[in-house]
Amino acid sequence: MKREHRLRYIIKEGIQDTFFVWKDELKNVFKDSGVMIFFFLVPLMYPLLYAFIYNNEVVHNAKMVVVDQSDSYLSREYIRKVDATVDVKVVAVCADMEEAKKMMDEKKAYGILYFPSEFSKDIHKGKQATVSLYCDMSALLFYKAFLLATTEVSLEIGKEIRAQNNPSSTSEQEKITVDPIPYESVALFNSQNGFASFLVPAILILVIQQTLILGIGMLGGTAREKNRFHSLVPVSRHFNGTLRIVLGKSFSYISLYVVVCIWALAVVPKLFSLPQVGEPWTVMLFVLPYLFACIFLSMTLSGFMTSRESPMLVFVFTSVILLFISGVSWPKEAIPPFWKAVGYLFPSTPGIQGFIRINTSGATLSEVAHEYQTLWIQAGVYFITACIIYRYQIIRSRKLIIKQYLYLKAQRLLHKSGQPSI
Amino acid sequence: MTLKQRLHSIWNVAKREIQRLTSKPIYFFCMLIAPALCVLFFLSLMKDGLPTNLPIAVVDMDGSATSRNLIRQLDAFEQTEVVYKTASFDEARREMQKGNIYGIFYIPKDFAVEATMGKQPRLSFYTNGTYLIAASLLFRDMKTMSVLAGASVGLQTGLAKGYTTDQIMGQLQPVVVDTHAIGNPWLNYSVYLNNTVIPGVLQLMIFLITVFSIGTEIKYSTSRQWLQTGGNSFTISLLGKLLPQTVIFMVVAMMCCAALYGFNSFPLNSGWMPMVVALLLLVLASQAVGVFMIGVLPTLRLGLSFASLFGMLAFSIVGFSFPVLGMDPTLQALSTLFPLRHYFLIYVDQALNGRDLFYTWTEYAWLAGFLILPFLIGKHLKNALLYFKYIP
Repeated sequence: MKREHRLRYIIKEGIQDTFFVWKDELKNVFKDSGVMIFFFLVPLMYPLLYAFIYNNEVVHNAKMVVVDQSDSYLSREYIRKVDATVDVKVVAVCADMEEAKKMMDEKKAYGILYFPSEFSKDIHKGKQATVSLYCDMSALLFYKAFLLATTEVSLEIGKEIRAQNNPSSTSEQEKITVDPIPYESVALFNSQNGFASFLVPAILILVIQQTLILGIGMLGGTAREKNRFHSLVPVSRHFNGTLRIVLGKSFSYISLYVVVCIWALAVVPKLFSLPQVGEPWTVMLFVLPYLFACIFLSMTLSGFMTSRESPMLVFVFTSVILLFISGVSWPKEAIPPFWKAVGYLFPSTPGIQGFIRINTSGATLSEVAHEYQTLWIQAGVYFITACIIYRYQIIRSRKLIIKQYLYLKAQRLLHKSGQPSI
Repeated sequence: MTLKQRLHSIWNVAKREIQRLTSKPIYFFCMLIAPALCVLFFLSLMKDGLPTNLPIAVVDMDGSATSRNLIRQLDAFEQTEVVYKTASFDEARREMQKGNIYGIFYIPKDFAVEATMGKQPRLSFYTNGTYLIAASLLFRDMKTMSVLAGASVGLQTGLAKGYTTDQIMGQLQPVVVDTHAIGNPWLNYSVYLNNTVIPGVLQLMIFLITVFSIGTEIKYSTSRQWLQTGGNSFTISLLGKLLPQTVIFMVVAMMCCAALYGFNSFPLNSGWMPMVVALLLLVLASQAVGVFMIGVLPTLRLGLSFASLFGMLAFSIVGFSFPVLGMDPTLQALSTLFPLRHYFLIYVDQALNGRDLFYTWTEYAWLAGFLILPFLIGKHLKNALLYFKYIP
């Protein structure tokens, strides 16, 4: 048996080559400023930027104007109470709707609260009184702030009126006048319904996938531009087996992204005090297949990138789609089946779903079992496709070498035969 | 050069550019496929306007006819679907962590009996704030249900005592708020989001293509040949190059406009003209910003990175999801650097609210103002085209 065919030798060489590829790929990454932007600058800066943008979590002091046709003690009391809430600030009291509308047009206010002239009279007659709320719909958070504040104040005023109306009410009357069924609402897991707590964890996970696709795609494109025969793999003794190339490269990306993940998933949430109730071990175990799936997907896609810049043109806009397809903002129950199926192609879909539930809702691995399994399946499938892509590239560049060799040989022969032999 | 010569040169460069655009499939993908894909995706994703039948669990500790009736009524709400009934709150919470439900409605023990006795049993409902949209929609339904439950009990006991409905309602809920959501009374999320997301994608693709088309000239050292085609005038060469792209993007923009306001009949209180002009200006402004980007960073990959990051950031900083007024003052100032921000403000004034143009013209001026950018960076870019050596 030849030395090269012995299993022990193959394994030993395989491991050595894997390490060679690992080192070589790390060098490639650090040499390439474009890749460094996507592997380090973006994952470091973007989470900070997004956390900064949404840092205020909720809207305070949404500007509102009031038109008070009733001009009574009760309406003034109502206005005072609305102004006292944290959500809303009453910026002016206008004489009529015309004036109030003008203030909305000038963006001095985003909502109008209108008291009809019979407001106070109705209440004193024991009839239900109505206040009208007009909202600018450019930002739903303003609408929500106005709605919550006015509803809250209405209930409060209502209670006061009941107490005033019936200071000496009989117990019989009490039964219908006092709230027969009180209620309370509790926001679980994101108790102030904050915007950063809701969106930033999803963005953090998405950034990991997208930067990997862009960075690895760029490395692939560069290799295609630089290598002989425009192939993904260089012609070298160490780049001879599919497995060692795919494993070697993925190890180098994993070793870089461990750092990125610690930053994006552990440090940034702490810095901006975003919710972080997940068990660290659960998070780690969950992120592992996510990273594998992302890396193998990126390596598969990189096979189709013919220049270094094409990944940016092709993949950047998909971030917007992927965020919505993940079901974090638009609930997954309302996503049409076709798009749901498309979503399963990307690790970000189960990645975001699982991560936010672990990180924000405190789920354990068994509660995200579906997402966890999906990620492992994706990792497996994309590992195979990555191997196929690299296998194809190796065979292709080998064929091209042989072809060129034969061509040169034929040329030489032709050259020789052309010369007169002595 | 005479005017005729100039026009001729522009035409020559434009012809050259059309050839370049058609020779690489990536242009076709970015200029037509990607925007079309996004229009298709977002409009089909949110075609119902609001997500319907969001799953919730009911923890029914009472198990009476009254509580079952309450559950049936809750289930009848458009946004809510009771998928899970249990007598254990823990179990319901676990379902929430599994992502199977977004809300829990809790009916306490002896609810029916206590309600009729006037003992004020308390209903509680829980929403999962991890999913903000689902949570706020379910909050609305479950709150309405609770109010209605109170009203119906109050009504029953009140009517039995011989009071009129008016009297009872005046006592139960002395003040009600009558809400008018101007321009979008259905609270349609498709209207709310897609009016900005789709132009946002368009802006992003314009940034990328403008940077890419100029950057490749530098990368593959064809920029001198490009300038020669334009009679060695930088302005003419740039105009000729961008013109075919402008035409294509404007056509795409008009198709977006047709998809939004024609096909989907989103609110268009201003009539077509103000929005058409705004979209066309958005195309021009984005191209100008693109030229500026590659001028500042004349290396293709850096220019493209800049374009990608800036273009993606626009979606957040424009303030259609989280209002700009709620952001840090630095970010409020920064948001004016994004053409999409001004487009968004025009949309709010015109299409959504149908305001007088008097209140909006400054935003149009802002969009037009972006056209100064290429002049500011022109000299730098020209030098880059002539002397910059691409370092891979």
